[in-house]
This record gives sequence, C-alpha cells and structure tokens, in this order.
Amino acid sequence: MSLAFDTRRGTGPTDPAAPSTQHLLRRKRRREAARTLAFLSPWLIGFGVFFLYPLISTVYFSFMKYDGFSAPTFNGLKNWDYVFNDYPFFWQGLRNTLWLVVIMVSLRVAFGLGIGLLITKIKSGVGFFRTAFYLPYLAPPVAATVAFAFLLNPGTGPVNHFLGDLGLPQPGWFADPNWSKPALTMLAMWGIGDLMVIFMAALLDVPKEQYEAAELDGAGPFQRFRYVTLPNISPIIMFAVVTGVIQTMQYYTQAIVAGKVAGGIAGNSGQQFEPGYPQGSTWTLPQMVYNLGFQRFDTGSACVVALVLFAIAMAVTSILLRRRSGFMASED
Amino acid sequence: MTPSTPTLAKSATSPGSSAVSGAALRAARRRAALNWVAVHALGIAAALFFLLPFVFAFLTSVMTDSQALTTDYWPSSWQWGNYLKVWEAPGFLTWWRNTLIYAGLGTLLTVVSSLPVAYALAKFRFRGRNLALMAVISMMMLPPQVTVIPMYLFWAKQMHLTGTLWPLIIPMAFGDAFSIFLLRQFLMTIPKEYIEAARIDGCGDLRTLLRVVLPMARPAIAAVALFQFFYCWNDYFGPQIYASENHAAWTLSYGLESFKGAHHTNWNLTMAATLLVMAPVIILFFFAQKAFIEGVTLTGVKG
Repeated sequence: MSLAFDTRRGTGPTDPAAPSTQHLLRRKRRREAARTLAFLSPWLIGFGVFFLYPLISTVYFSFMKYDGFSAPTFNGLKNWDYVFNDYPFFWQGLRNTLWLVVIMVSLRVAFGLGIGLLITKIKSGVGFFRTAFYLPYLAPPVAATVAFAFLLNPGTGPVNHFLGDLGLPQPGWFADPNWSKPALTMLAMWGIGDLMVIFMAALLDVPKEQYEAAELDGAGPFQRFRYVTLPNISPIIMFAVVTGVIQTMQYYTQAIVAGKVAGGIAGNSGQQFEPGYPQGSTWTLPQMVYNLGFQRFDTGSACVVALVLFAIAMAVTSILLRRRSGFMASED
Repeated sequence: MTPSTPTLAKSATSPGSSAVSGAALRAARRRAALNWVAVHALGIAAALFFLLPFVFAFLTSVMTDSQALTTDYWPSSWQWGNYLKVWEAPGFLTWWRNTLIYAGLGTLLTVVSSLPVAYALAKFRFRGRNLALMAVISMMMLPPQVTVIPMYLFWAKQMHLTGTLWPLIIPMAFGDAFSIFLLRQFLMTIPKEYIEAARIDGCGDLRTLLRVVLPMARPAIAAVALFQFFYCWNDYFGPQIYASENHAAWTLSYGLESFKGAHHTNWNLTMAATLLVMAPVIILFFFAQKAFIEGVTLTGVKG
C-alpha cells in the first residue's frame, strides 16, 4: 500500500518571483509528511507484520504440502480439492454457519431491539433493569458457556428440572445435534447487552416531535413504531445485522467449549478431540482452521479454509464500508 | 431510507379544544396505569432471564459434592469452602496471575500505540487517509483464524516464543484496529480550533496530542482501555494456540475449561471457578459503568 503524504495541494503560490515562499512550503510539506508517518508508524508496522505478511503467506501455504516439520513442497490445487471435496466437515460447517447467520443473528437483533425498546419504556428502577440486562454481556465467553452447559445439562441442570416439573419435553441441548445450535442461540441472546445499549441510544435519538405528530394523526403504537421508529433507526439495524454476521463468521469459543464440555472431553490435550460435538452440529469455519492446522497438522488445507473465511469476511465488511453508516465519515 | 410517515400535516386545531370529559380522562389514566404494569412485568420477566443463570450457578457453587449430583435448586448446607478449594486448586493462581499480566500489559500497550494512529487518522490530512482507514476497518473485521497459521509458525520457528504469552502481548504494541477505530471516532468530534490554538501557542504535534487532545479524549481512552482489558481477559483462542503447550502460561479462560475436564462430576466446584472468572470483570464494570456504556454507544456510530 502506498501512502503518499501530501498536504493541501494547490495552495502554493505559482509566482516564480517568490522562490523562498515555495521553498518554505515544500519544507513544511515534507515535515508534515514525516510527522504523519511517525504517528502512523506503530500501525504501519503492525499492518505489515501481522496482516499483510501472514495473508500472503497463507496464500502461499494453501498451495503447499506442509505438516509443520518437514520442508513444504508444492502441492498444486490438491489442498483446495481436499477441503471442498474430501474434508468431511467443510460443507456441514458452512451449513451450520448459514443457520447461525439466519437464525442467531436475526433473533439477536430482534431481541436486542425489543430489550432496547423495553428499557426506554421502563419508568421505575431503570438503573436496576439496565444493569441486569447488560450484565451477562460481560461474562467471559468461556465462563458463560460453561455456566450454560451446567444450566442446560440433561442430567442435573435446573432448566430441564423445571421443564420436567411443568410436564414439558426435556431436550438434550448441547448433547443433542438438533438442539445444540438453539442452545448456542440462547447463550448468544443472553449476552445481548451490546445491542441493547446501541439500540437504546438510537431510540432516544428519534425526534419526539415525529411521535407527537403521528399521534395527532391518530397513529396507534404499532403504526408509530412502523412509520416513525423503524425508519429512524434503520441504519442502526443495518449496522447490527452486518456486525452480527461478521461476528458469526468468527464464531469459535462458545461452539468449541460447548462441544468439549458437553462431550465430556474438556481436558488437557486438544489432540484427541475434534470439534463439532455432537455429530458435527457445532462446526464453524474458524474451528476447521484449528482442526486442520493444529490437530491434523495439515497446514496447507488449514490455509485454504482460512482464505475462504477471509473472502466471506471481506465480502461482508465491504457492505459496511459501502453503506454510509457513518463509518467513513470525515470532517471535511 | 426516508421517513415515510403518513401525512403529518399539522392539524389545524389541537384536539383538546373542547372540554375533556372526566370519563375520558379517567380512561386515559387507567390506560397509562395498565401500560406501566405491563411494561414493568415484562421488565421483571426479562431480568429473570438475564439474572437467573447467575443465581443458579451461585446456588450450585455452594452445594456439597453429593448434592451437586442431584437436581436440587437450593443448597441444603452452604459450602463456602468450595471457593477456597478452587482457589487452592493446582494452577488456578498461576492462571490468575498470567491473565492479569496479559490483560494489564496488553491494555497499556494498546492504548499507547493506538492513540497517535487514531489522532493522525482523525486530524491530519494526507493522501491515502481513506485507504488507511479502510484498511483499519478491514483488520478490525478480520477473524483471527485467517492469519493464525503463518503467525504461529513465525512465533514458534523464528521467535521461539510459543508456550509463553508474548505472542499475544507483543502485537499489541503495534496498534489494535478496533481501538484505533474507536478512538478515531471520538477524536473526530474534537473541534479543530483547539488543535489550531495549541499550534499557534507553539505546541509541537506530540505536545498537542499529550497536552490538549489526551485530556479531552479521556472518556474514549477509558472505554478503549476497558474493552481491551476485557478482550484479553476473555480471550480463549489466543492462549489456546500460543500458550496451551506450557501449563505455566495458561490463562483463566483456557484453564477454566480444563478445570471442568478435571472435575467433570463436580458441577459445584466448576460453578465456583466459573464465578471466580466472571467476578473481576463484573466488579470492574461496576466501577467504570459510565465509561463502558459510552464506549459501546460510540461503536454504534451515528446513522
């Protein structure tokens, strides 16, 4: 990437009779460029060493046969062929991701908006409610997942105990391939605090006059929500959806920990355990990079999955960059 | 999207111009009261959903080993000693110390390295600025697994630092994309008059940053520091990749999972350990609630 540091083009006088001014200006410009470079330098180094270099290297290794020990040899498209056609979890993992994108993300956004609306309507004890709703978001993912694995465990868990008391069916949750993703979705909805705060701020920003005007026109609560609230907060909903999709692309910790804990294989050596428990229902792309690279020592194929992940993540990010969601706003 | 409200032409007269009957007023008041009850009932239901998991985890954490094997909700006797057992379990204190080092050092380095970058992106004019900003956002959105294979090889084969937390801490001295972005969003709101005034007073760029901008950006810096601390505290993938081969370098997030593995029938001890891992971040939140909420709002940029 080339960063040329010019400043304010076209402001310099073109009068040849004033060489000293031009000289001064050029010196000032050079000084400003050096200053910009100095301020940006930590990140420029970081960008090169921790982003560009590994990205190029990932592309290189995706065409290599490499187990991490003996020297890498050229492998053509074999890794790509292996991942797409023979690696047993790839398509299942993509399907899981699609499930999570469609169901987990939309439920999270809808629930976050609902909780945000609720908190703006609550008149008494706002402080208590806001803290209560926000608190689970702070729970470290591993701790939250272990806690949910306990709450939802089919043997002694309080949730199934309660469902049993009501005479309702008691699912196997993290131990049942049909219920593992819904259980992860519940866990994700428990930690809704970030979306609640964002929606709360957006809802409070909606101009009061618009509600008053709608009310005068005889709009009921649902019409007011449909015609005043929604249009006003739609950019924030868009933001929540796109960042939600990106987070789902990175979905790793909760899925792998839930699988390990529910599978009874949480232990010291990761080597004997393959993620996805139960029956591959919790596989996601990031776990495949771990599985191929660090458990199967198939560096080349791990890099193929990494590149697929990169392509999807960048495609989604480009939506965020193109939409004028205030992301790229600049002062001039 | 443009607001497509139904014709909102101002009504010619206010509807309450004639005397409102007492009955209508009473009906309106009753509706408001019902509304209040409904909203708060919903609020209580939601609060139960959010808080009960903590309550059940706590109740189980003080049960005896044998009671933890039953489906009881309530402990028959309160075994506070469970917490001591966890505290004294092999490794727990080491994980605790490692997590503090990782989170503390990581946060410090992130703030120091990200602030000047964010300042340049917010206030300097240079060609390629938008490109640089787009690169920051792309890095922010990048799943860490995309680059992990070459990074692991780099830290293992070139640096020989795997089995320590340094592969996680050192990169934070080179700016963190999310922190840069968040600080930049805030610095944009500082009027340039302040910066120009400082320059006229003869302040260099670094002095301007430290003397003028830094004090004004304190809330944003606090938010960034908190986020980074939480990120490090919660990080599972990083320690799993780089530190797992050496027990002495484990962090709480990574250790907790193996604690569950080692005590797989003892939900009481596992819940005690889980709550001990959650406690510091929650306590920290209560001390810094305002900075935190402001920070979250800042990420949800204005539409």
